[in-house]
Amino acid sequence: MRLRQVESKAIRILVAKPGLDGHDRGAKVIAYALRDAGMEVVYTGLRRTTEEIVKAAIDEDVDAIGLSILSGAHLALTEKVIAGLRATGCADEIAVMVGGTIPPRDIEPLEKIGAAAVFPTGTPLSAIAPKIREIINSRRGQPQMAPSRD
Amino acid sequence: MASRVEIENSSPAAPGSSHAYPSNGQAFSAAEKTWRERITKARFPSARTSSGLELDVVYTPESIKHLDSLQDIGLPGEYPFTRGVQPTMYRGRVWTMRQYSGFGTPRESNQRYKWLLEQGQTGISVALDLPTQLGLDSDNPEAIDDVGRVGVAIDTLADMETLFEGIPIDRISTSFTINSTAAILLAMYVTVAERQGVPPEKITGTIQNDILKEYVARGTWIFPPEPSLRLIVDTIEYCIRHAPRFNSISVAGAHFRDAGATAVQELAFTLADGITYAERCLDRGMKIDEFAPLISFYFYTHNDLFEEVAKYRAGRRLWARLIKERFGARDPRAMMFRFGVVCGGSTLTAQQPQNNIVRVAYQALASVLGGVQSVFTAAWDEAFAIPTEQTAELALRTQQVLAYETGVANVADPLGGSYFVEAFTDRMEREALAIIERIDRLGGMVPCIQNGLIQKEIAAEAYRHQQRIENGDQVVVGVNKFTREEPERRQLELWELDPALGLRQREELSRIKARRDNSLVASTLGNLRDIARSDLSLMPAIIDAVRAYASIGEICGVLREEFGTFHEPASI
Repeated sequence: MRLRQVESKAIRILVAKPGLDGHDRGAKVIAYALRDAGMEVVYTGLRRTTEEIVKAAIDEDVDAIGLSILSGAHLALTEKVIAGLRATGCADEIAVMVGGTIPPRDIEPLEKIGAAAVFPTGTPLSAIAPKIREIINSRRGQPQMAPSRD
Repeated sequence: MASRVEIENSSPAAPGSSHAYPSNGQAFSAAEKTWRERITKARFPSARTSSGLELDVVYTPESIKHLDSLQDIGLPGEYPFTRGVQPTMYRGRVWTMRQYSGFGTPRESNQRYKWLLEQGQTGISVALDLPTQLGLDSDNPEAIDDVGRVGVAIDTLADMETLFEGIPIDRISTSFTINSTAAILLAMYVTVAERQGVPPEKITGTIQNDILKEYVARGTWIFPPEPSLRLIVDTIEYCIRHAPRFNSISVAGAHFRDAGATAVQELAFTLADGITYAERCLDRGMKIDEFAPLISFYFYTHNDLFEEVAKYRAGRRLWARLIKERFGARDPRAMMFRFGVVCGGSTLTAQQPQNNIVRVAYQALASVLGGVQSVFTAAWDEAFAIPTEQTAELALRTQQVLAYETGVANVADPLGGSYFVEAFTDRMEREALAIIERIDRLGGMVPCIQNGLIQKEIAAEAYRHQQRIENGDQVVVGVNKFTREEPERRQLELWELDPALGLRQREELSRIKARRDNSLVASTLGNLRDIARSDLSLMPAIIDAVRAYASIGEICGVLREEFGTFHEPASI
């Protein structure tokens, strides 16, 4: 009997703009790129509170939140989103990723507070979707295997 | 003059003559035709500008024969201002070097401004933090992570007093990048000036005060379009009457551009916004010749050098024609398209970041060749953080070298008459006008923003641009070509915000609130509410509240309750 990999359900991502920063070129470009890569993308629009983002992520049943932050407030805002997910018991189901104007020195601290991936300015689009897919698939467990029909 | 040109054109060119121009038109056309047939056989790739406009391989007198040297090109300082708004341009006065700067509390920013002025900067450009731009006090829970981060925190008049302590307001011009809360910041600046003994009629500078592009690109909107436009017209009216040397609006295309718009879209959307503001001022009963001289513009200069030069030359001609022909202005000052630029922004790369120094220098050159009035050159490390003192200094020196060593400031519009630049200026004007006419047919900028059309077009363009970089169609040095491993990236010395600054700002605010006359604050805010419900100008009531040390959050709180807030349309 041969086994084949069953295409798991499409990855759902919430692209979110926390805090007061109003620059969303990057957020929109990422949203387009992830959609083109076959993912389902929900964009929050500007200036969402971290509570609103956590609630939207749960309501929309997403696999990951992509935070886009260009104001420099990435450490505090990411920490709040992750704390919010933990408080609702969803931190294992929903991965948090961060992109934007992130100085190199802040990548490790972001990873330490629980960001699953950091995509600073200059990350090629083509690197982002595969990385997200890898993270989500490993979080969803091993790729589901099913008996082949032929 | 015209007859002399005709005579010369009809006489055959003398062999060996040193007068290459004007030549025999027919002979030239024939020669060009032969030349073009010859080069068509040689294979060469096509080329487009950053806006996607196709370029000829060379431009000749044939390319500009439809242009009139007087009506289309003219002379510097004269309608239609293609060649510049001042007759002698930089020979008379070099452009203003105005570095966008500000962070932390007013105390730190005051020191940075004094330092920049000592380094030879000629104007101050105040960067405000996001809470100030959004009408939130530093102690608002929503604001806490953003206090002092991308600019200086201003809560009350006391902060503005500290910001300009020891800086002579009568001798510098100050630009505030402020939009939703521009009326409040203007009220504070006027009050601080008065307390320095400088009457409002003597203050010079700019408030950005351009809400329409905030809805599209920059995001610091608070109220819906109608009350926001009312506030803008109130400030313009106030400045006409009381502060006539202060530019009460700087219509900004820069943010469209940095959000992804092409150079053509940037120019068109900006002028379409300018038209909207002009119409609102006319509706209020102001005269075009009275308010149009106070309108200035602000753009991003990106990398495509000649397209940028053409954009600015076309912008001057198109705006002059719109103001004269569409609105019937008579005063040439009303028709002048005066503009500032920022060099850097989304063209800066995190990879090989010092390459940004070179990009910014070329962008500054393009701006100056385009006839700019004020320039902000970004520092190379702004792809990561607010600049350090060293990188900020280098950015300013970049402009000083350009102004004082390269000789570009010696001749007005040095590229004027270039076949390419004139032909392409004409092309940019026609392309931008076509977009403006389309927006007109759709009811103007306000409905096009409310339904998300402009936002969608810009986002689609941003995505297309990113794809072109990723597939190598658009070369970015150090990003998709000439790349290398970058071991030093984690060791950059970057600016860091002192976390204690936010706390100090909140403490200062509570001190002010304890010290001020709180019954006066309450009565001025009550009056502001009454005025908001009327159709009277809000400026006097805002000035009264500011003088009573009411905070930005309190003033905007009243206006939020009365006006409501903007709801973002879906934009992707």
